[in-house]
Amino acid sequence: MAAQLSPAIEQQTIVPVAEASTVTRDSRPLRFITCGSVDDGKSTLIGRLLWDTKAVKEDQAAALNRDSGKQNDLGLPDFALLLDGLQAEREQGITIDVAYRYFATDRRSFIVADTPGHVQYTRNMATGASTADLAVLLVDARTGLLEQTRRHATIAALMGIRQFVLAVNKIDLTDYDEAGFHAIARQFRELALTLGVRNVVAIPVSALRGENIVYPATGSMPWYEGQTLVDALEKATQRAGQSTGFRMGVQRVSRPGEGFRGYQGTVTGGSIKPGDSVVVLPSGVEANVRQIVTFDLIRNAAVAGDAITLVLDRPVDIARGDMIAAIDQRPLTGTAFSARLVALSPDGIEAGKRYWLKAGSRRQRVQVSPVTALDLASGAWSPATRLPLNTIGTVHLDFEETAIFDAYDTNRQTGAFILIDPETNNTVAGGMIEGKRGRPGSLGHDGDQDRVTITLPAHLAEAFRESDFARAHRAEIKVSGPEEVEGE
Amino acid sequence: MTMTTTHPAPAGHLKLVEHGRGRPPLDPHLKALENEAIHIFREVAAEFERPVMLYSIGKDSSVLLHLARKAFHPGKIPFPLLHVDTGWKFREMIAFRDSVADRLGLDLIVHSNPRGKAEGVTPFSHGSSRYTDIMKTEALKQALDAGKFDAAFGGARRDEEASRAKERIYSFRTPEHSWDPRNQRPELWSIYNGMIRPGESVRAFPLSNWTEVDIWRYIEAEEIDLVPLYYAAPRKVVDRDGMLILAEDERLELLPGEEITTEMVRFRTLGCFPLTGAIRSQATTLSEVIDELEIATVSERQGRAIDRDQAGSMEKKKREGYF
Repeated sequence: MAAQLSPAIEQQTIVPVAEASTVTRDSRPLRFITCGSVDDGKSTLIGRLLWDTKAVKEDQAAALNRDSGKQNDLGLPDFALLLDGLQAEREQGITIDVAYRYFATDRRSFIVADTPGHVQYTRNMATGASTADLAVLLVDARTGLLEQTRRHATIAALMGIRQFVLAVNKIDLTDYDEAGFHAIARQFRELALTLGVRNVVAIPVSALRGENIVYPATGSMPWYEGQTLVDALEKATQRAGQSTGFRMGVQRVSRPGEGFRGYQGTVTGGSIKPGDSVVVLPSGVEANVRQIVTFDLIRNAAVAGDAITLVLDRPVDIARGDMIAAIDQRPLTGTAFSARLVALSPDGIEAGKRYWLKAGSRRQRVQVSPVTALDLASGAWSPATRLPLNTIGTVHLDFEETAIFDAYDTNRQTGAFILIDPETNNTVAGGMIEGKRGRPGSLGHDGDQDRVTITLPAHLAEAFRESDFARAHRAEIKVSGPEEVEGE
Repeated sequence: MTMTTTHPAPAGHLKLVEHGRGRPPLDPHLKALENEAIHIFREVAAEFERPVMLYSIGKDSSVLLHLARKAFHPGKIPFPLLHVDTGWKFREMIAFRDSVADRLGLDLIVHSNPRGKAEGVTPFSHGSSRYTDIMKTEALKQALDAGKFDAAFGGARRDEEASRAKERIYSFRTPEHSWDPRNQRPELWSIYNGMIRPGESVRAFPLSNWTEVDIWRYIEAEEIDLVPLYYAAPRKVVDRDGMLILAEDERLELLPGEEITTEMVRFRTLGCFPLTGAIRSQATTLSEVIDELEIATVSERQGRAIDRDQAGSMEKKKREGYF
């Protein structure tokens, strides 16, 4: 075996033990998801990442060897066992549930949502994708893109991921075939474009041999001068996804004593500073910010992500579930919305059924009516009256009381929601707001200002709206058909 | 190793100033983890009728407590803390617990399973597995039932152990406190489903996404007090089956052939002293501990006997109600 060791592996053995240092990382953790089936070597890829970044410790590796007695042909532990933590998964040899893994380089820390690849676990992939900034899609260099590659890419894009890394794995088994790699990469870029994803990095890798994962493989692939997987992850951007103004859902009202009344929540969009004018929704009452209070005393500003306590300059009736927002960039309010949905429950989503909807800290009753369902194999949307488990579809949401959202494309926090079945209390769907529905003949809302309006006859408008292109550019174009004029 | 600044801070044009904090601001990585934990604390406190926070006195619990104080500032922590005392904790842990509760004015519940005394259940007489079942898992269920608590915060982290990697932030428990890993509620974005029926409960894990290094770096940045056992000092130990057991306590009975030696040791985790092995270390300060950790080649639970009882042992314990 030793003769077959690649330069990358030799390099690994001579890397000195990491020098201790107090590393200060200058960014938040990058969250990413890995998609691919067992056969693509996904577990090996993640195992390799954890191993080469020294996130796996010796006793964990020893436990693996003890449990399985198995090693792969490079004398490394069976990485799949490291990842499949549940007894049932070990017994069946498959990944059932989303697992979260942590590793870090000198530059950045990472949270990997390791999700199962089988079609029956679409819901688990959607779960992992909901918080991810980037998706690593794995294909076998010998087989290229599969139907499931399209499925994974579609789910990732629908869940709001705008950066893809294509890892063309087992490249060693194609004799490091450059032309084959480029053909797969080109095909994938075309697929990604139809989903509206332009940011694609394709990398030829061998997860088993550790080539182009953490260490470059210049020896075996002199023709590849691009980034390693870890390079690409280090350079990825955190998805901004927040082009809205200030948003803070109120989690609780803090009244520790006479004279103090603060609203506690996490900033989910924009920024805020004392003196700023805000509107409280759904009441519509306006006020100014007096103070931003944290344990570390008074702050002069807060930005998206910060957990704060807000004090306003006048007494206002505010309760948990209310939204405090920028006065000049308000979210959408209304009782009728359209949304995309991933059905997570074996019972599916039934037409006209009433659910609890939770968005941030706001929970309210909603009636859900499926409109279309997506065929993940072909990418086509067709009319539907119910959404079975693992289906992605579009729905109409009708509320009894005012709901407050942004479109998911402009804000991944305030545009997302879950549905809870009131009978079982289970989480039965994850949803993403597309926009407000309104009555014909009324005026468009403010959010349409930046969109180009395309007016088409009703039957064409419908077909165009369901196209991948229109979905991918929802934020930029507004398709005007007779029934689709939005407003109050 | 030096840092290169390639990622712009997310603050944009706004300059963030934290007045009166005698420390530099947290780096964005720790700040993001802190924000997430505070969000979870507030959400659980608002959604559940009777939350409680499990307090085990260790480093993770110390971070958890610090975050709880931050989450509810300027108010007090709006729920009690619960310590399940097996009767076999390190003495220094109990002293530390009482001084922290006193200093911060905490509402602290201490519960021990009465069977421990009544039936003489010890780690030596019953073996680590049976002992843990009775004195930790069963005792915890007793205390949660007695308090009618519908949500319990814990300091578990997903990086600790394989079955925990699949744990939700809101982890649903039946009225019997059991966990069904194959039937967990999906958890998307940072939207948590807190709907339960009477008798059911949720375990909430604000530190889910923290790693051991994050915990230590946060302790350093926030100057959080810890039980001194985490720092190396000359201590009396015996080597038992490869584990260095602290021998500064008359509760430990030496086996034939065992010898007490004094060594420079510290603990990476703290639990029941007969089940928690020390590691040889020269790290007497926080920064030395972090340095040691960043080059460590074994995981922190390596010294824990209860994780090694049998394959999948943590998952089994968790199914039965262990934290």
